[in-house]
Amino acid sequence: MLTKPQTTSQRIDGRMGKLSKIEKKREHEKPAIVFGNQWDYAPAPEATDFFKIGKRYELFIGGKWQKPRSKSYFTTISPSSEAVLAEIAEADDSDVDAAVMAARHAYDRYWSRLLPSDRSKYLFRIARALQEKARQFAVVESMDGGKPIKESRDVDLPLAIAHFFYHAGWADKLDLAFQGRAVRPLGVAAQIIPWNFPLLMAAWKIAPALACGNTVVLKPAETTPLTALMLAELIEECDLPPGVVNIVTGAGKTGAALVNHPDVNKVAFTGSTEVGKRIQRAVAGTSKRLTLELGGKAANIVFADAPLDQAVEGIIGGIFFNQGHVCCAGSRLLVEESIAPLLLRKLRDRMATLRVGDPLDKNTDVGAINSQMQLDKIRELVAAGEREGAERFSVSCPLPKKGFWFPPTVFTNVSLSSRIAREEIFGPVLSTLTFRTPDEAIEKANNSVYGLSAGVWTDKGSKIFHMASKLRAGVVWANTFNKFDPTSPFGGYKESGFGREGGRQGLSAYVEVV
Amino acid sequence: MSSRGADRAPLILPPSPTVDAVALEERAAALAKRSIKKATKIAGLRLAIRMMDLTTLEGKDTPGKVRALCSKAMRPLDSDPTIGPCAAICVYPNFVSVAKAALAGSQVLVASVATAFPSGQSPLSIKLDDVRRAVEFGADEIDMVIDRGAMLAGETAKVFDEIAATKEACGQAHLKVILETGELGSYDVIRRASDLAMLAGADFIKTSTGKIQPAATPPVTLLMLEAIRDYYYATGRKIGMKPAGGVRTAKQALHYLVIVKETLGDDWLAPSLFRFGASALLNDVLMQLEKERTGAYQASDDFSKD
Repeated sequence: MLTKPQTTSQRIDGRMGKLSKIEKKREHEKPAIVFGNQWDYAPAPEATDFFKIGKRYELFIGGKWQKPRSKSYFTTISPSSEAVLAEIAEADDSDVDAAVMAARHAYDRYWSRLLPSDRSKYLFRIARALQEKARQFAVVESMDGGKPIKESRDVDLPLAIAHFFYHAGWADKLDLAFQGRAVRPLGVAAQIIPWNFPLLMAAWKIAPALACGNTVVLKPAETTPLTALMLAELIEECDLPPGVVNIVTGAGKTGAALVNHPDVNKVAFTGSTEVGKRIQRAVAGTSKRLTLELGGKAANIVFADAPLDQAVEGIIGGIFFNQGHVCCAGSRLLVEESIAPLLLRKLRDRMATLRVGDPLDKNTDVGAINSQMQLDKIRELVAAGEREGAERFSVSCPLPKKGFWFPPTVFTNVSLSSRIAREEIFGPVLSTLTFRTPDEAIEKANNSVYGLSAGVWTDKGSKIFHMASKLRAGVVWANTFNKFDPTSPFGGYKESGFGREGGRQGLSAYVEVV
Repeated sequence: MSSRGADRAPLILPPSPTVDAVALEERAAALAKRSIKKATKIAGLRLAIRMMDLTTLEGKDTPGKVRALCSKAMRPLDSDPTIGPCAAICVYPNFVSVAKAALAGSQVLVASVATAFPSGQSPLSIKLDDVRRAVEFGADEIDMVIDRGAMLAGETAKVFDEIAATKEACGQAHLKVILETGELGSYDVIRRASDLAMLAGADFIKTSTGKIQPAATPPVTLLMLEAIRDYYYATGRKIGMKPAGGVRTAKQALHYLVIVKETLGDDWLAPSLFRFGASALLNDVLMQLEKERTGAYQASDDFSKD
């Protein structure tokens, strides 16, 4: 399944050759700042000895751990070491059928009959239990997905917990969300989530569905199933009625079986635009409700009057957060031409301080690429960018021998028509374009099939509002980037999907207004 | 007197970049999350000691107190001669000669505050005289205060001219320019004052007198280091940075070193370009170093007070 990775020296040699060429072009950027190892950080690994990952995980159906009828299992590995972490059951059509039946039964028998305030209590219970086990979840998230522990600890877990708390509050106040109109739940929700924020996406899906009175069958991504399965264990400990939450594991086939199941009332999908389109075709002509949260190619727009040093932080966070495996990543940097040289110089200096490596080291800024498949895709697009004549700058840091790694990279001299300016790379690769006027910035930002998010950096308040009203993006961040909160709706325009998650608006995806 | 001559042509300085307070504070806080352990911690704490301007600036200062401080600066820990010495001691002009004599033969420099420290609210001629006298007494470094009133009133040319004149009065002595950031009210003004000071000839820019709260903070220090970085990009000149006041614990000191490392890199991780203006900090750092060496915390009375 996995191709043999290159050795470190092969990688570094390949890159250094390229870098020396780039260095020459940057003569004008002298004097340089030396980010060396005069005072280097000692390894600070997060402990992993306070819990155990199970050897094998079955399917969580009807409140029980059930062996797959397919009798087949797949392995989940750590992308930073390629070590096998656990065996995971692969659900086939009949397993999916059993899960949907269990969810239907739980909906009819328990969940739809509960007082809303009791639904609320269960959600509060999950939130608190998750809070107590946050450290363990964070470590497993980093082991299974490759993201730095700093991020799983400070972003993924707190946000996942916040989503449960937030929706626990809504469960018995839904009439207030819809201007006094009564709402009723939809029934069984089929939910398919991606590998970039495994636990957080599970929380985004499960919490509003349960708060609104639905039951769920959730399928985590095949490369990152562990935290969703741990969440199932936690839900079991929280004594939720059996079948209210069911977790089935598997790859695309399992997902297709779930989407196509006739007894599903609602499909919620977060993932690639390609799969999203297939799902939309599959549910066309049925009564199933659908929300899709798909790809993106966000413009991060920096005006000359922007707070530049802070903008650099926003650019770094926008594209290198979670190795760029973020659907709303600020992957297209649009810079006002007059400040482009200075901004790029600052950006490259800042990139030199990024620490790439062991996801479990508390000082790691950029972790491992999630899978060999994703690494291949990133390499292919980066090669395309080089062929198309864009100038590449990659950080020259040593990369671990095992695992899947890609150095933080920025492209300049990118044309709007090139693949790296149009296609979602979903990796730590930034494409830079320049603009001269606000209108040109708007035109270039909107010239994309996607429309999930955008960033605006300027000191001028009126410019922020002008840009926000013109940008065709579901989220527009001003003088910040990648900020999330359960109270704020998130979702896209155009091929980035439809429907909103979070906030009052996110509830409407899981209710019928009567 | 002024470097721009007596006719005082209107001063046109390049504009300073804007600052976003929320994002600046976020970045400073994020840098506090670096995990500094074991060898890194020991090396950082030893470096912090060598970066200290051990300070006493009180009305009740006496020659005896200053001499005690000097011996502490030369040999911070009796039991370990490899620790230290501190970079400098920082005193009022009246104690420069005392300090100079006490430190004779050591590497420890003498810094003197001047220019009607801490308020700076005296005529320029008096402030410059203050500087010249301190230099005559033997001060290696002069820590001046800017005219915050002028800064807030928008008289940037006046601030610039005073710094330039002070620099001239310093002669060979190094000039540290205290912005008193706690009185400037916003990050934008702090950034402007940093740029003015560097353009006017500062060798170091320094946050605070220690007499006003808030004194040094991580976001203010980060902002001033960013200003130094822009100045370095533009001119190739390396300006030093000195947070002063408010840095009391070893943990805080390490946080500041992380900010320096990740903003300006290796060159600034040296006493020639980064200083801590502090008095209480030294003993906390020594206590942490002894804890790393012996595995146990010692009582505060095991360390000499000054």
